Amino acid sequence: MDLNTGFRDPEVAKRLIDSIAATSRTPVKIMEVCGTHTVAIAKNGLREVMPDSITLLSGPGCPVCVTANRDIDTAIEFGRVPGVVLATFGDMMKVPGSYSSLAREKADGRDIRVVYSPLDALRIAADEPDKQVVFLGVGFETTAPTIASVIRQAKLQEVGNFSVHSVHKTVPEALRALVNDPEVKVNAFILPGHVSVIIGLEPYRFLASEFGVPSVITGFEPVDILQGIHMIVQQFESGRAEVEIAYKRSVAPEGNPAALAILEQVFEPADADWRGIGVIPGTGLAIREEYADLDAAKRFQIDPPEVKEIAGCQCGDVLRGVVLPFECRLFAKSCTPEHPIGPCMVSSEGSCAAYYRFTDYGRS
Amino acid sequence: MCLAIPAKIVSIGELNMAEVDILGVSRHVSLDMTPEAKVGEFVLVHAGFSIQVVDEAYAQETLETLKQLDIVGDEIGPPDAAESDA
Amino acid sequence: MQDRILLAHGSGGTMMRELIEELFVAEFGDEALRRMDDAASFELPAGRAAMSTDTYVVSPLFFPGADIGRLAVCGTVNDIATSGATPMFLSVGFVLEEGLPVEDLRRIVVSMREAASEAGVRIVTGDTKVVDKGHGDGVYINTAGLGVIPDGIDLSGSYAKPGDKILLSGTLGDHGIAVVSTREGLSFSTDILSDAAPLSAMVAAVLDAAPDARCFRDPTRGGLSSALNEIASASGVCVVVDEASVPVRDQVRGACEMLGYDVFHVANEGKMLAVVPADGADAALGAMRGAPYGEDAQIIGEVIEGTGGRVYVDTVFGARRIMDMLVGEQLPRIC
Repeated sequence: MDLNTGFRDPEVAKRLIDSIAATSRTPVKIMEVCGTHTVAIAKNGLREVMPDSITLLSGPGCPVCVTANRDIDTAIEFGRVPGVVLATFGDMMKVPGSYSSLAREKADGRDIRVVYSPLDALRIAADEPDKQVVFLGVGFETTAPTIASVIRQAKLQEVGNFSVHSVHKTVPEALRALVNDPEVKVNAFILPGHVSVIIGLEPYRFLASEFGVPSVITGFEPVDILQGIHMIVQQFESGRAEVEIAYKRSVAPEGNPAALAILEQVFEPADADWRGIGVIPGTGLAIREEYADLDAAKRFQIDPPEVKEIAGCQCGDVLRGVVLPFECRLFAKSCTPEHPIGPCMVSSEGSCAAYYRFTDYGRS
Repeated sequence: MCLAIPAKIVSIGELNMAEVDILGVSRHVSLDMTPEAKVGEFVLVHAGFSIQVVDEAYAQETLETLKQLDIVGDEIGPPDAAESDA
Repeated sequence: MQDRILLAHGSGGTMMRELIEELFVAEFGDEALRRMDDAASFELPAGRAAMSTDTYVVSPLFFPGADIGRLAVCGTVNDIATSGATPMFLSVGFVLEEGLPVEDLRRIVVSMREAASEAGVRIVTGDTKVVDKGHGDGVYINTAGLGVIPDGIDLSGSYAKPGDKILLSGTLGDHGIAVVSTREGLSFSTDILSDAAPLSAMVAAVLDAAPDARCFRDPTRGGLSSALNEIASASGVCVVVDEASVPVRDQVRGACEMLGYDVFHVANEGKMLAVVPADGADAALGAMRGAPYGEDAQIIGEVIEGTGGRVYVDTVFGARRIMDMLVGEQLPRIC
């Protein structure tokens, strides 16, 4: 069987869609936490084939969208240090900070380079010994272990001109903040499949046991997403609340122990500032003391300018699922992908961008 | 979360690096996080790393179950009750 | 002659003359060019002329399947062809970076000659400038093209009507992926070759079989999405594409998945879109498939009612979503 196309089978999808429609009776608000889920749902038109009882809300699972202005401003300051190459994932280039963006800085002549892997950034450091390569570490638990691995490699190989600025975040405690938030009304979670590949099922246990919220770890192909929704609806209709794995071919209950070990060797929990939510204790990943010499924040004296928040931007409400993107006052008016005001519109997997690009909602 | 796609391991070289194939596109990825992965297995590739071996048997089983789904009433949770949590 | 381009090669003196004679004129071999007049003169058939210009700045200069030279000829040839005209004459303007190896320039020029020969166009006049090292990315090439539209042919992106069918001449995304596969920092390898090709013969064949065709477009930068959105907007109609029928090579699909690219946004340099009335669609498809470079042609969608200028995709799941236009540039993503 083909792992790529098997989970896009339209007939299997149809069965699931029909079954969901037949089973779902009670209105249920399901939050897809992960930005990649938001885009997959929009691109496959899955929202349109849901029965009226189901509302799909987008959550804060876009690591780009939840990067605070201050963190972007800091990245920009690294890029302004003479002799520094700022290496970054492409996702971060267009995100606006308080005054500028990495794309604008590149246009102004700063040496900012897009890489597909942190390994590529390490290679740049090896190839250009006269430059200081600073890698902007963005992403959740799916991505952080890859940066951890590269940090270990850099230390082992004594690469002196490589460092990382970590704005990595972790997901489970952010979900706790969401269910504790009185403004957030979510009945169930579609849990992020690839974060769960790394962390497994255990960290989400509290969602069901403490808060009674059905939660299903779901993959990203259309059939995966429909299966996840189906399992949620079944739980909800039968009054159960469990944490289940739909994405069995990739997620083991214990996660990936090798990846977790690498992660824990290099990073330790810290507080993190989530755009729109605020500081959530223990959801950041800071580089441990043993690897301090690879921490860009310690190698360079960076003094970012005063943070300027964007007036009128409702990204924070969108990220918490309190409003749907087209309910934002600025959506499709002053805020469009061509003229984005907040990161939800500019990020490739921001909820607002997904709605704007793939649907007619909120437009005349 | 984020983009990770299944790729087949074609060969394994030094320093835990492997050559993988995605629909005919080949790339080198690190096996640091999946040290037991073997040639011929499928792995999920994210940002230049293999993050998990994909269990083809589970994939097959899931699809088979879904294909036989009854429109009303079928439970399609994992058959193994120990997987889920209450 | 030197082995590297120097500033002197652009200054109008003896070195420039030597470059023009020994490289450009010698390789392009056109009689109007050989005269080295400031303006080329030639007989133009009677009728409405069509003219187009484009500047080519692709980096790297050489990529799997083609190079900037082939691109520069085919791109302008294809733009002219979309008007229904037979492309006849091209001008070429080079902006060369100081230090460019002359061998590389020769390779590019030979490639242009071969593409021009295949397309049946003459390169009749040109210009050369040299800029300081650090500018110009090796070579920038501008080409302008001239052709004459046969009587009775009237094509425009504003003529599409509900019920018309949309044809695509082959697989999407080959060129963009071929170029991106050479970018350092992305390091993946494929067998995908750029599809850069001259398509004037294909357009002529389709017009022959379906004289009522509304318009042609080559989906270059911005991909299929930009081309369809432009037509929908200009004609005041909506368009729907059947996702399952769009031909895409597996490797292109794999590369797009890996990088997070949308194949509808990836550039093509050897593909043609045709909008034809429904009753001419089968004949047009047959003509496309029988023409050079058209063997994988498909009917991929149709024009529908609606004035919003929207382009939709019918997904394989029976849902309809919007085909959005590219904003900015595609960057490899991890999310």
